[in-house]
Amino acid sequence: MNPRVVRALVNGVLIVVSAIVLFPLLWMLSVSFMQSGEASTFPPPLLSAHPTLANYETLFARAGMGRYLANSLAIATLMTLLSLAFNLSAGYAFAKLQFAGRERIFQVLLGALLIPLQVAMIPLFLLMKWLHLVNSYGGVIVPGMAGVFGIYLVRQYARSIPDELLEAARIDGAGEWKIFLRIVLPLLKPIVVTLAIFTFLASWNDFMWPLIVLSDQNWQTAPVALAALSREHVQDNELMMAGSVVTIVPVLLLFLVLQRHYIQGLLLGSVKG
Amino acid sequence: MAWTFVSPALLVIGVFFGLPVVAAFALSLTDFDLYALADLKNLRFVGLSNYLDVLQTPLFWKSLLNTTYFVVVGVPLSIGASLGAALLLNSPLTRCKGLFRTALFAPVVTTVVAVAVIWKYLFHTRYGLINYVLGYVGIGPIDWLGDAHYAMPTIILFAVWKNFGYNMIILLAGLQGVPQELYEAARIDGASAWQAFRHITLPSLRPVLLLVGIITMAGYFQLFAEPYVMTLGNPLQSTYSVLYFMYEEGFTWWSLGRASAIAFLLFALILVATRVLLRVARRNGEEA
Repeated sequence: MNPRVVRALVNGVLIVVSAIVLFPLLWMLSVSFMQSGEASTFPPPLLSAHPTLANYETLFARAGMGRYLANSLAIATLMTLLSLAFNLSAGYAFAKLQFAGRERIFQVLLGALLIPLQVAMIPLFLLMKWLHLVNSYGGVIVPGMAGVFGIYLVRQYARSIPDELLEAARIDGAGEWKIFLRIVLPLLKPIVVTLAIFTFLASWNDFMWPLIVLSDQNWQTAPVALAALSREHVQDNELMMAGSVVTIVPVLLLFLVLQRHYIQGLLLGSVKG
Repeated sequence: MAWTFVSPALLVIGVFFGLPVVAAFALSLTDFDLYALADLKNLRFVGLSNYLDVLQTPLFWKSLLNTTYFVVVGVPLSIGASLGAALLLNSPLTRCKGLFRTALFAPVVTTVVAVAVIWKYLFHTRYGLINYVLGYVGIGPIDWLGDAHYAMPTIILFAVWKNFGYNMIILLAGLQGVPQELYEAARIDGASAWQAFRHITLPSLRPVLLLVGIITMAGYFQLFAEPYVMTLGNPLQSTYSVLYFMYEEGFTWWSLGRASAIAFLLFALILVATRVLLRVARRNGEEA
């Protein structure tokens, strides 16, 4: 075949596939600006004849979406900060510090990755109830403060830190925590960003556990509230699309800004393992 | 000293994951229910009867069948889509690779619930765009999410769209690791593009494909949010998954003992399926 034809074909297929993949997201955006009932006509219009912000107004004024988004934001932010503190220190120790049983403990942690999270969910719910953390931010955040995947990610990255650097600091009489905070953390900056965006996105998008532990509307996250809304307002497509937009756009923007770090983490977490 | 670094994280994982997993097994051997929730004195040890009970419940087998359908069809489709996209992105002829990669990856970072809401509308029988487009080629309106034949395929299609970007990135990295000299040599020997793919690309990707297959399969066995939002497990319970069953037993009916047994059955199933996949991969590896 003529190389120019092949090139056109390859790029053409990619353009068509990308358009199909992105279409649902673009259409969601378009429908969210339609008048109530406009999207329930046949054939469905691609763009609104009379764009309106009414769906967003209803969403925030009557469906209380502002509250749910604030809950999501608070939970994802706190979860990210806490899990950075826990996973960075642990991951660094597994990579660079000596302590009894280090390798064995790490093997056990990796083995635990095989167990689906849902196996723990029922006793975890009882534990949260006993700790009075059901229907509070703590109920979602506390179990996710540390994670094997995060520790693994940090360990993989921290292994590249030269031992001589740490030895030199020890000879100068610096304490281990001082070395960690002053010398190691700045070197770990790329993985900090990666871990932060991973944790934030995972927390924001999480569904099953928040659904279980946040039954009270006041504490619900955006995905949990959106699921409830979609089960009630089956007919109101324009409103539902607006709800999807405000749930998706924050994480999509975050990803677009930091995608290099996100993809790096994805590869570090799987291929090089 | 090192312990001050690791013990906080180990404590969290131990108390909020390790302990609950052990407790889940203990719980699965009791009749923990609403009465026990009110007063622990009502709790009784029942041995394996939760497991036997669940295994005799038709709805469990139905949910298992549905979940298996989702995994058996969904995993190969997802990985196939990922591989196809990765090959296109890896082609030296492709322009604007970064842009395409971002576009194809975007669904991965979206919220399952929110995009499930979009798909529910796209596949709406009367107003959905899918039926409108199909109408052009003479296919009558299909009740995608309301017909027991089409509901699970629609959810599978959704899962492929949502997830293929993740493995695409991993496979793309795998493709970039294949030595270019091999392709050079094949070209000189007069091999066709298909032969090069069959005898160079696929064998080189085997370890990555196996890894991706195991991770995707384990994830797909945990189907829950999609049917919860799109179909409520219906029509005729054709999209009711094992985890959905566990969720309802546990948090609708508060049969926490039974729900724990279901969770362990699912775990066992994932372990067995992983072993089978590893064994098949090893056997094929020896033949090649």
